[in-house]
Amino acid sequence: MNWDWLARNASEITSWTLAHVLLSGVPTVVGLILSIPLGALASRYRWAYPPTVTIAGLLYTIPSIALFVLLPGILGTGILDPINVIVALTLYTVALMVRTVADALTAVPPDVRQAAVAMGYRPLRRLITVELPVAIPVIGAGLRVAAVSNVSLVAVAALIGVPQLGQLFTQGQQLDFYTPIVAGIVLCAAIAVVFDAIILSTVKLATPWRRLGRAAA
Amino acid sequence: MKRTRIHITTVAMAALAGVGLLLAGCGSNANPLNSSAGSSSSGSSGAQSSGSQSSGAGSGGASSTAGGSETSSGTGSTGAGQTSAGSTGTGQQPVVIGSANFTESELIADIYAAALKAAGVPVTTHLNIGAREVYLQAMHEGSINLLPEYTGGLLAYYDKTSTAHSPTDVYAALQKALPADLEVLKYSAAQDQDSVTVTKATADKYHLVSIGDLAPVAGQMTLGGSSEWQTRADGPIGMTKLYGVTFKDYKVLDPGGPLSVKGLQTGLVQATDIFTTNPAIEEDGFVVLKDPKNMFQAQNVVPLIAKSAATPKVTSVLDAVSAKLTTADLTDMQKTINDTKANVADVAGKWVSQNGLG
Amino acid sequence: MIGDIWAWLTTSAHWTGADGIWQRTLEHVEYTLIAVAVAAVIALPIGALIGHTGRGTGLVAGTANALRALPSLGLLVMLALWALGHLPVGIALQTASIAVLALLAIPPMLTSTYAGVAAVDPAARDAAEGMGMSGGQVLLRVELPIAVPLLFSGLRSAYLQAVATATIAAFVSLGGLGRYVIDGLAQHDYPKMAGGALLVAVLAVVGDRILAVVGHFAASAGLTSRRRLWAKTAPYRSSYPAASLSETQPEVVNAARQ
Repeated sequence: MNWDWLARNASEITSWTLAHVLLSGVPTVVGLILSIPLGALASRYRWAYPPTVTIAGLLYTIPSIALFVLLPGILGTGILDPINVIVALTLYTVALMVRTVADALTAVPPDVRQAAVAMGYRPLRRLITVELPVAIPVIGAGLRVAAVSNVSLVAVAALIGVPQLGQLFTQGQQLDFYTPIVAGIVLCAAIAVVFDAIILSTVKLATPWRRLGRAAA
Repeated sequence: MKRTRIHITTVAMAALAGVGLLLAGCGSNANPLNSSAGSSSSGSSGAQSSGSQSSGAGSGGASSTAGGSETSSGTGSTGAGQTSAGSTGTGQQPVVIGSANFTESELIADIYAAALKAAGVPVTTHLNIGAREVYLQAMHEGSINLLPEYTGGLLAYYDKTSTAHSPTDVYAALQKALPADLEVLKYSAAQDQDSVTVTKATADKYHLVSIGDLAPVAGQMTLGGSSEWQTRADGPIGMTKLYGVTFKDYKVLDPGGPLSVKGLQTGLVQATDIFTTNPAIEEDGFVVLKDPKNMFQAQNVVPLIAKSAATPKVTSVLDAVSAKLTTADLTDMQKTINDTKANVADVAGKWVSQNGLG
Repeated sequence: MIGDIWAWLTTSAHWTGADGIWQRTLEHVEYTLIAVAVAAVIALPIGALIGHTGRGTGLVAGTANALRALPSLGLLVMLALWALGHLPVGIALQTASIAVLALLAIPPMLTSTYAGVAAVDPAARDAAEGMGMSGGQVLLRVELPIAVPLLFSGLRSAYLQAVATATIAAFVSLGGLGRYVIDGLAQHDYPKMAGGALLVAVLAVVGDRILAVVGHFAASAGLTSRRRLWAKTAPYRSSYPAASLSETQPEVVNAARQ
């Protein structure tokens, strides 16, 4: 490792890291928010499940680099606009999360649901106050995978000139120089770890009853 | 029931926090992505977001700063609180410099940036965008408005049929071929051409001096180069047409970078496109095959600029850079960068000050 | 736009030769299959062992997530630069790229194998032990067969991952369908790029379907809907140790994601 090089490029690397966090974090959050109603629909109406899951699966098979480049034509955005990356990764997140949300809601134990019904909860209220909270651990697990893979995918946007940590990889390639590449890999992994920790602790905070249960046991 | 209440609140708060984070993300999204990385070049994205620039401002990108790291203080500042450099001209449209995805293009872009900044012109950079086919689209969209270019390559992009090959002819043809909103300023004597390059051993074995000598043996050889060179008129297509040279295979490597050099060294390819200013040609004793039929046009370094950004001040600074820049400078600076892994922007800044431009 | 893509796809000259669609598809399939096979050889035994013994669970979850966090582009560039000059030239770039594909295919297979084996109903395990099976026999004859559906879901994820990453590997000179995407981008040839992307998607979907069908038939009849067909003629099959899995399946599926 050429530490000197890293020190000289610290300001650039810092701003790339920041951009990387935003470009991968925003789609994760937006994708989650979008996939909850979609997943709930797919879970509630049996006929909606197969098409939703199939479309989501198809979406996920489009190569990221292709999506980055095709989106400007569809959205009317500029080719260097970071919005393309955000939209593409949001689509991937939704593709991953819709199925997770649907499966997680379907897996809510029937007795829990029946208890809520017996207490007079209408479907929407039941979904928001009972089923979704019960499904949080599973949704969180799916979100961890989505968040981490977003961090990795953002780097590909370096091939279309959107600045983030992926620039370290193209730079290393052009200079035949490992330091930027290793630095980029380490920073990407670090961002992934932070995202992972945030999701884990959010899940923990949002499901206090799990801790109570464990303490009692 | 009570427990349910509690966690409704929790969920609601979590949701609120999520939305808040989202909004913060979207709001500040414009900032780190748009702001120039170093504060020294600012006064650009924060203050004047008017006109077409605001949408294209994503370009300002987490970009390198003109004057090298010692002058850039505001590391990754989030835009809002950027201090503007004292010398920035107010009210002037910022110059956003782009570059191709190879070192020399970034280097010249950084030289333009350093020289303009020294003259008090607000500048941001968006380097390493991609191939000409990609960065010119960004130029047309207005997300960048200044690019280091090469006369012949640019001409071939806008006019595939042109047969001009001397520097003056190519430049004259280029001026006619450009779209109305773009112009090229004065070109530099510095040139960097594509080339068909082989190892010394290959050249000796087959007695290769010029490209045409490949004709009898190319059928057993693999040619290397970039994706874009594969379909350009001065690539394999031109070699077949002008010299009757057709290779067995084409292997996409990179635009004259390490994969091309290593590919040639290791024998992955037997001939490849290496840019003539690449120091590896001398270091590895590669042989650049002669081009007597002028398949390769003159490739003088030239600034391509949007007319809206070409103020008299900007023009005079870039003309001065072009007047000083030489082919040997380009090779030397690339050698420094390759050998010492110096910052491209630092090397550029040094050249600017050594040549009395900064 | 769609017409242009269609025109690109239906031009017969685009299908033949070293840069033709047939050849590129074949390459893509080849890289993907090698990578997935290598990943399976590594992930299956480790996952099975951890699921069986219950030891090292935290380690495997951590390792899998860490592997997922590695940016594929960075790994590809690094290994490609290193390989040219260190490995035999004919196979250097392919080996480097396939190694990265394999590395990224490991996490889904590792976690699903582990989760599949670990989630086997303890009653089934007890019954097998009661019949006098050794630990190894329990794993091979009871736990792994029961875990087959999950093994295949991991395999499918790994396949999708490898197909997608092989596309990006074209940036470091690998062949395959990614060539059209990367070259099309640099050459400003949108029909080529979009056509290439479409082909990658088709390859991903077709391969995934094939694996799903194979997985369906590879799974013990007791685990799938075929059970119902069997049940009419051979009712005793419903006493298969795995029969209870259908009830636990949601949990198993969820466990796989964690």
